Amino acid sequence: MHIPDGYLSPATCAVMGAAMVPVLATATKKVNDTFDKKDVPTMAIGSAFAFTIMMFNVPIPGGTTAHAVGATLLAIALGPWGASISLTIALLIQSLFFGDGGILALGANSFNMAFLAPFAGYGVYALLQKLKVGKVISSAIGAYIGINAAALATAIELGLQPVLFHAADGRALYFPYGLSQSIPAMMIAHLTVAGLVEAVITGLVVYYLMRAGEGNILYKFSYRLRGEAK
Amino acid sequence: MKKFLIAAIVLILLTPIGLLAPGSAWGEWGLDEIKSMVGYVPSGMKHFSDTIRVILPDYSIPGFDKNFFQLSIGYIFSAVVGIAIIALVFFILSKIIGKPEEKNE
Repeated sequence: MHIPDGYLSPATCAVMGAAMVPVLATATKKVNDTFDKKDVPTMAIGSAFAFTIMMFNVPIPGGTTAHAVGATLLAIALGPWGASISLTIALLIQSLFFGDGGILALGANSFNMAFLAPFAGYGVYALLQKLKVGKVISSAIGAYIGINAAALATAIELGLQPVLFHAADGRALYFPYGLSQSIPAMMIAHLTVAGLVEAVITGLVVYYLMRAGEGNILYKFSYRLRGEAK
Repeated sequence: MKKFLIAAIVLILLTPIGLLAPGSAWGEWGLDEIKSMVGYVPSGMKHFSDTIRVILPDYSIPGFDKNFFQLSIGYIFSAVVGIAIIALVFFILSKIIGKPEEKNE
């Protein structure tokens, strides 16, 4: 789901980057209001977890790969705003040091994986909570929706490129496949394998966190699960 | 704390499992793959594809990527480096974001 550089036109990169500015500004403000300085390390652990979990590529029928993100899990544990900062940092490090996702495409990748995924996932989780669905099931369904929202956005951003940006001879300037190819390819990978992996990981970790005792280093991650979020 | 560290180390040591999945992610191909798929390399794609040179491309150590063992070492090393950088970034961030403790007491 990490769009490399050269896949999106500079204009697309600029629009997506601009969209992330208010998101990160608001996220910083929310974190300043709700996180004590001593709780900032929980954001680091969340970021490191997402970074590591994204390294576990899973095979997709048809010969491609995908991976979980951990976005909804972070949104549940840190709040969606804290999660968006943690995920953006993970994506920044991936692109700067490992070439996973482009630098110019960082805005787009952050919008998909650090904004849409945690907020869509958290929204579904919160809705299911209102409907009295259990936390583990709510988190798993939220995670499934969250990662698929990100995958769909990625597919749309890629698929729009040949429509919007092509040379006089019809050749694409950037990503060459249109929506009719990008949407099925991305969605099959994420509606099937990657979405399920994301759902299972999220549900398992939430189950574990709900049982974490006060002595557990991860106890701070369960404030929100216990309804004690400040 | 000890249990948490063990779990973290196990997770990091298991990352090479992620190398076993065959092929690359859809929409994350190199230029040569694009060329063989569409028959040409889109000109804009070629122009912007190499914006920066990274130290551990594709989570591997350049030159130390000849077999699964070397790739695994590179992958684990990348995980450690990535996590260390993330820790450093948040250490710096903690100086600028979050409520100072005295405000809560």
